[in-house]
Amino acid sequence: MGPQHPMTHGLWNLRIKVDGETIVDAEPEIGYLHRGYEKIMEVREFQKNVVLTDRLCYVSSITWSHAYCLACEELMDVEVPPRGQYLRVITLELQRIASHLMWLAAYGPDLGLLTALLWALRERELFLDLLQLISGARMNQNWPRIGGVRNDAPPDFDQYCRKVIAHFRKKMDEYANVFEQSKLFQVRTVGVGRISREDAMDWGVTGPNLRACGARIDLREMDPYDAYPEIEFEPAVARDGDSYARYKVRMEELKTSCDLIERALDKLPAGPYRAKQPRRAEGEAFRRTEDSRGEALFYVIGDGDDRPYRVKIRSPIFSTMFAAPLMMRGNKVADVVAIMGSIDVCVGEIDK
Amino acid sequence: MSGHLIDLLGWSEVLAGFVLWLLSLPFRLVSWIVNSIGSTPRNPLDDFVGWLTGPDLTAFVAVIVAVNLVLLWATAFHLLIIMWIERKMYSRLQDRRGIMIGLGSFDILRRTLGRIPLIGRPFRRPSHLGTGFLQTVADGVKLFQKEVITPATADKWMFHAAPVMIASSTLLLFVAIPWSDGFWIMGSPGADGPVNPYGILVILAAFGVAPLGILIAGWASNNKYTLLGGMRAAAQLMSYEIPLVLSIIAVVFLSRSLDPFAIVRDQSRLLAIGGVTVPFLPNWYVFHPVLWIAFIVFFITIIAEAERIPFDIPEAEAELVEGWTTEYSGMRFGIVFGFKWLRALAGAALIVILFFGGWDGPVFTTVYVPNIATLGVGTVPVPILFQEFWFTVKVYIVFIVFVWIAWSVPRVRIDQILNIGWRTLVPLSVLAILLAALARGVNWL
Repeated sequence: MGPQHPMTHGLWNLRIKVDGETIVDAEPEIGYLHRGYEKIMEVREFQKNVVLTDRLCYVSSITWSHAYCLACEELMDVEVPPRGQYLRVITLELQRIASHLMWLAAYGPDLGLLTALLWALRERELFLDLLQLISGARMNQNWPRIGGVRNDAPPDFDQYCRKVIAHFRKKMDEYANVFEQSKLFQVRTVGVGRISREDAMDWGVTGPNLRACGARIDLREMDPYDAYPEIEFEPAVARDGDSYARYKVRMEELKTSCDLIERALDKLPAGPYRAKQPRRAEGEAFRRTEDSRGEALFYVIGDGDDRPYRVKIRSPIFSTMFAAPLMMRGNKVADVVAIMGSIDVCVGEIDK
Repeated sequence: MSGHLIDLLGWSEVLAGFVLWLLSLPFRLVSWIVNSIGSTPRNPLDDFVGWLTGPDLTAFVAVIVAVNLVLLWATAFHLLIIMWIERKMYSRLQDRRGIMIGLGSFDILRRTLGRIPLIGRPFRRPSHLGTGFLQTVADGVKLFQKEVITPATADKWMFHAAPVMIASSTLLLFVAIPWSDGFWIMGSPGADGPVNPYGILVILAAFGVAPLGILIAGWASNNKYTLLGGMRAAAQLMSYEIPLVLSIIAVVFLSRSLDPFAIVRDQSRLLAIGGVTVPFLPNWYVFHPVLWIAFIVFFITIIAEAERIPFDIPEAEAELVEGWTTEYSGMRFGIVFGFKWLRALAGAALIVILFFGGWDGPVFTTVYVPNIATLGVGTVPVPILFQEFWFTVKVYIVFIVFVWIAWSVPRVRIDQILNIGWRTLVPLSVLAILLAALARGVNWL
């Protein structure tokens, strides 16, 4: 299946060996979208790399740029002012909602439910509007900066946010009606693509896919950054490790993110939103963050120049992708889409 | 009961007579010349002309004309309308307006006809504020323009035969399904309406041909997706034929006939349960205390027979890239795809005949208009809400329910489909048969 196939959501290939309709073995092939990110970043200045990291995964650009900025801040010893930290949390969660809605929009057609595509994209548009309001762009916002964020929030931003979230909470019930309350949706996802907690950890599965196996591992809680330690939230965890659990975790995360945004808006302090950062840096640093899809890690080495000496990116789906054969074996061909769709593949970040 | 507007065979006979009369004109001319020149006692051409315009050939040609009229009725009328209904309907479910192309979308029409003061109004609309009906026509034209590709590795004869098989069996369905007391081809006039003793069986047989065509199409394309799709189609359609037929048997216990006309006639009286007549409620089988089980089974199996979501796994576009239709292009794709819609419509028509009273409707109005044939002497009754109207309305309502279901549920997996078929639908249909037999045995209904 692939590289041109409706299942792939990007450009990658899945070789499956079938016995009739049953999958005997599967092997993902990646690399069709390799752009040499880590090399390009070595020849650009620290600050200019934010533009690149935005494009690692266009569905979730802020979270990626933010991970890079965090690593650079650690390298340069920059302290982000509180307002900047809170604005980051708000936009990160807005981006997480937009990303999860994009996943939902892709997951519906995978299962044959095209209506979900239109519905999820309809609500995603509202969150993209919010991101546009604060950063000026719908996608590839180029918004986090080393030392804070690019600009302050516009006036009345919190009111717009609250209005959208209130509207979105109502629409969540609509999604529940068409998805989890539908017997046919449960038939397609419950017990499909199951992976045990131990296997998931061994293979480096992270993020919502790991939390769906019953592990309460959320870097926002375990290894907090920015303003996350000051905001209370409960990471979503499901137990079964199947496609349905992954779906449930993501839907719960949508609600968690809404809560997070509202609490962050409540606490949003006044003051500067960006600290000045040095141009040059020496040493090495890494930071990991909870991306929309799992654990994103940036490892940056500086040699005293204004460009990084070396950048290493760890993308969550890169690892998860190779745990997918474990989930697929023994299932039917039609389950490939139900499994790969629930993993939320983003090829941009896999191939880097 | 109301009258029917269309007398299909009668009209085709008139049409056939006219066509044959036109054909006989040159022979008549020659025969007239020959007759006026010499005085042969018996001109063979006269015999030929007599045969050409005689009742035997006219009746034969009338059937051909009627079949072609039904073809036109199915493709030029229903296919365009149901495509439009489906697209508008699911767009609304998805919170959007759907196709909006109208007459105003034609720039040339806007610039010419649109300038006319009153009549030009629909042409002056902005380009995408129409009803969208022209989109289906445009899609057809587009498909005609596309290249018809045959894959190099395909089994050519089989590959070409499959769409023909699918299309012709679908048209056979439309020939076999009566649309009213007058709009039918299969059957013969009887004492109280037309008679077609095995009509339902013929319709079911026509339904059974399509899986073979799909299997051939999937195999002959020589592509992994089409092969999987064809196999899925075969497994699914063949296992759903059984509950389909079984649930009809339950109906036959009450109707005591396989004749669609008799079934509809039986449903047009008032519902009576245990000898007590229920006021205002017609004897539609869906209202029967025992037959609604058969209705549910039949409804689900018809959705599966029409390969609609949630049972559209033969062409599951997410994993099989349109399954068995993958390799077809151009109008051949249009045929296999469009006739799937027609099969869904035929299935809806069958549901209406069996469970919703066919062309029996609650309100009938008849007006008397001067008879044109006798130049205004006397009047003829013309039904305003005629049988064809009621039947079409019901069929489209059932079809809209199909669309509604299709766009609000995900697709089921192949093994789950077979499980539903064998473990749920077959026992349910047997239960329906037992209940219907019991009700008939104690003469309760």
